Formats: sequence, structure tokens, C-alpha cells
Amino acid sequence: MSLLSVSHVTKRFGGLVAINDASLVVEAGSITGLIGPNGAGKTTLFAVVSGFEAPTEGTIRFEERDITAVPTHVRARDGIARTFQIVQPFAGLSVADNIAVGAHLRHAGRADALAVAHDVARRVGLDRDLHKPAASLTVAGRKRLELARALATGPKLLLLDEVLAGLNPSEIRDIVPVIRAIRDDGVTILMIEHVMQAVMNLCERVYVLAQGRIIAEGEPRQVCEDQAVIEAYLGKGAAARLSSRAAGGAHV
Amino acid sequence: MTGRALLPILLAAILIGAIPLFVTANTVLNFLVFTLIIALAAQGWNILGGYGGQFSFGHAAFFGTGAYAAAILQTRFGINAWAAFCLGIAAGAAIGWIIGYLSFRSGLRGSYFALVTLAFAEVFRILANASAVTGGAAGLLVKLDVRPENFQFSSRAVFVWIALALVVAVLVLTAWIERSRFGAQLVAVRENEGAARALGVDALRVKLLAIALSGGVTAAAGALYVQYFLYIDATIAYGTWISVEALLAPIIGGAGTVLGPLVGAVTLHGLGEITKTLAGRVPGIDLVAFGALLIVAVAFAPDGIIGLARRLRARIGRGGGA
Repeated sequence: MSLLSVSHVTKRFGGLVAINDASLVVEAGSITGLIGPNGAGKTTLFAVVSGFEAPTEGTIRFEERDITAVPTHVRARDGIARTFQIVQPFAGLSVADNIAVGAHLRHAGRADALAVAHDVARRVGLDRDLHKPAASLTVAGRKRLELARALATGPKLLLLDEVLAGLNPSEIRDIVPVIRAIRDDGVTILMIEHVMQAVMNLCERVYVLAQGRIIAEGEPRQVCEDQAVIEAYLGKGAAARLSSRAAGGAHV
Repeated sequence: MTGRALLPILLAAILIGAIPLFVTANTVLNFLVFTLIIALAAQGWNILGGYGGQFSFGHAAFFGTGAYAAAILQTRFGINAWAAFCLGIAAGAAIGWIIGYLSFRSGLRGSYFALVTLAFAEVFRILANASAVTGGAAGLLVKLDVRPENFQFSSRAVFVWIALALVVAVLVLTAWIERSRFGAQLVAVRENEGAARALGVDALRVKLLAIALSGGVTAAAGALYVQYFLYIDATIAYGTWISVEALLAPIIGGAGTVLGPLVGAVTLHGLGEITKTLAGRVPGIDLVAFGALLIVAVAFAPDGIIGLARRLRARIGRGGGA
């Protein structure tokens, strides 16, 4: 069953077409990747799915319901949570209070919300930092905090916007199993990611966005060999040059 | 709510409440009532500005509405003073909700919101100064009829206790907000509205509730002012002086803290009285002291007196541990 389906979404900012007739489907229980060169419109597509921006055309369906006109906070209540590419901590609050804001969505009492916050912090590896101010966290810590806050809302669909960007290889190695564990707990994930090693490792299905259009979709390996995808990243004619070099190499 | 949160409130209540038992000088009691009225207005500002991060420059709109509603209902409609007092609070909350709805729904934030609130207060002042219902520039006198059922007392000490009871009630309300879901969401909106919305916070609803509470509390201060002085005019009710007092006290005392507005109001007016006594009859010398204190606070204690105390305590705690 498809949990989220984006159909024929176009988003224009004045004369700029950020997303052009993009469609994608996220199956329940999957980890789906959204990749593409810088400026392709990935984050704009997230903004449209989470309700921060209204699409110019097209519809968003969540659990078979049309949610195109539903405001952001109601989508969160329905079960869509997002993280931000540029981290947005509540800088004046402690880590525990940051996560508790997310937990309050489904828990009215402060004690309940804090208990959920502790639990979520343990899942993402922030339990040692609970009482620190959010502003004192490292980049990796802030990325985990983004993840923890979103997770604390008890989502069905988690939109992860480059949670691995800016992390070093060992930090990435630490957090990949965390993301997989979240999916195994029943949360469907749609992730924007540039770290291909992680995309290959985690995603069952990948969509490639370039200049606002979906130019390829499929399994990660298949997508990486797609001519259009290689050209979108490396420039026109790159695919042909690469394959001829590979062919030439084979002769020698 | 834990005892730890209520203990400082109880201490403050006992400390201030005991003063009229030992001091009977009218100047002291006058000073106390006036300072508590300012503290109450400041507590209203603190809910919206301190916890919600929505800085209003026009809390006079609520103070004046509370004052005029209480006065008009008594003098023109013959309604009981206590009932008029409660209706004044309701009127302040309603005006808060309306101003909030108009400005927050159009997405006004930061300095734009501050300017709009200032404009509302000024419009109210001009209307109150011109309208017949409010007595125009001559103002409104509440008929002197000293009876408890009229909310008038011969003893100033009773007014100290009533003002203190209101301040304490709002201290408890604020302490409850700090520990509630509403409070967590309000602070989240202050820190980062976009992130709060992504976490399911209905930012408009939260801000509207905050401004209605804020308006109600500050209106209570206005209504109390009328009962104490039995007179109100447009410059007192909707003047910028009270807007400034309402925001200065929490900023000096510690915005977004339970005790901040009370501490700030006592410090400001305590210092104002001391300067007035020391400097003699120089008009406006207390305002100079206010200004100097604000500069010092912004430069050295951006979290106010409460924030400064917390930092010092943390430093001493660390020093003791080392």
C-alpha cells in the first residue's frame, strides 16, 4: 500500500519553476530515497509534502486521503514528521525540552512527554546529552536532535532532509543503523541524501530529481547506472564518455 | 506542580503580605499598591512577550480596556464593582484575542507586531479621549462609596493584600504554564516557529491563547488601578507609560521567568523612589534611573535579574564543587 503519493506536483516561485510535474510514491514500511544535484528542488518538494509550501499544481495524498490543503501542524498530527536540512533547534531549551515539544503532540502531560523524550533520546543516542542546552551540541548532535524531535511526534512517515550531511564517516557509520532501526519499528522513511554509500545501504527505492523533474526511479544500483542520472550529475555527454572509456579499457 | 516551584512564590507572598502589618505609613502602602499593579500588568506582558517571544509595545491597550470597562460598567450601568472588575478582565482578554487574531493571522512578527500593538494602543487613547462614553478628556470618576461590596476600602492595607492576591494568582498561573503542554508549545513558538509547526504545534492557536491570557491579566491591573484611585482618563489608561512599564519590568527582572516581572517592578520602583528621595524635586529623575537601569540590564544581564542570579548560583556551585 502506498502511504504517500505525490502526483503531478508543480511549484513555481514567480518565474522560477522549482518543481516541474513531479510524481512519486512511498510504500508503507519502506525507506525511499530522493537524490539529485544541488538546486534540483528536493527540499522544496519536502516543503510541499510537509505543508510549508502549497503546490502550484498537483495533489499530495497520505493514506489515500487528499491532504494538499491541510496545514503543516495538522499533517504532523496525521503522522507526517520532517527534519530540516539546516538544523532548527530550540536553542534556548535543553535537549530534553526540545524533544518534549515533539512528544507533546501525543502526550498532554509533562511527565509523559519527558518520559517519551528520554526513550527517543536513547534510540538516537542522545541520552547522555539530555540536560545540555541544545545550543551546546555538535553538528552531529544537532542532526540527531532533529531526528529525535521528529521521532517523538510518533510519526507514520518521517521525512529526513540530509540528516547525514556534514557528518564524518564514523558518525555516518553510527547513525545508519539508527535510521534502519526506526524503519524496523514501523516508521516509513523518505530521505533526501547526498551520501551515496548510505543511500545504497538503506534505500529500497530511489527517485532522482533534476531541475525540478523526476528523471529516474528504481532500485539504487539500477538508478546509478542510468544514463540520464549520470548526465544530470556530471554534465551532458558524460554517460557516453564514461561508457566509451570503460569499453576502451576492456580492449587494453 | 511541585513544591519547589511554589516555594519562592509563597516566600514572596509572605514577605510582601507582612509589610502592612508593620508599616502603616500611607506613602509606603501607596508605593506597594502601585508597584503591585505595575507587577500585575508586567506579568501579563510576560506571558506573551517573555514566554511567547511576541514583544508588544502596546499593553496599554489591555490596561486601559480593563480600567475603562470596570469604570464605565459601574458609573454608567450601575453594575456591582466586583462584577465590573471581572468583566474588565474579560474585556481585556477579548481585546487581546481580537488584536492577536488580526495581527498573527496576517503573519506579523517581531518589530512589525510591536508596531501594530503600539498603533492599537494609540488609536484607543485617541478614541477614549474623544468619546463621550469614556468621559472624553475630563476622564471618569468612580463615586466614592467606601464599602467592601463596592470594592472600596478605607484601609490601604486591604488593597495591598488584594493586589498581592492577584499577583500571586498569576505567579501560580505562570508556574503552571511553564509545566504544561501549552507552555512548552508557547516557548517552542518563541524559539523557532517553523520548527514548532513541523512538530504539530498550532502556532496561531497557541499565540491567540497567550495574547488573550496576557490581555486579561494586564486588564486586571487596569481595573485594580481604577478601584484604587477611583479615577481614569485616556492618558493614564491608554498612555505609553504603562506599555513601557509593562515591558520594562519583565526585561529587567527576567523575561520568561515566573518571578521576573515582580522582581523587575519592585527593583524599578524601589530604585525610582530612592532616586526621587535622594535627588529631591528634579522632575523625571526616576525616569532617568529607569533608563540607566535598562542600559545596564541589556549590557550586563540580558536575562534580567533572575537570569543573572541563576548564572551566579551556577558559578558558585561549580566553584564549590572544584
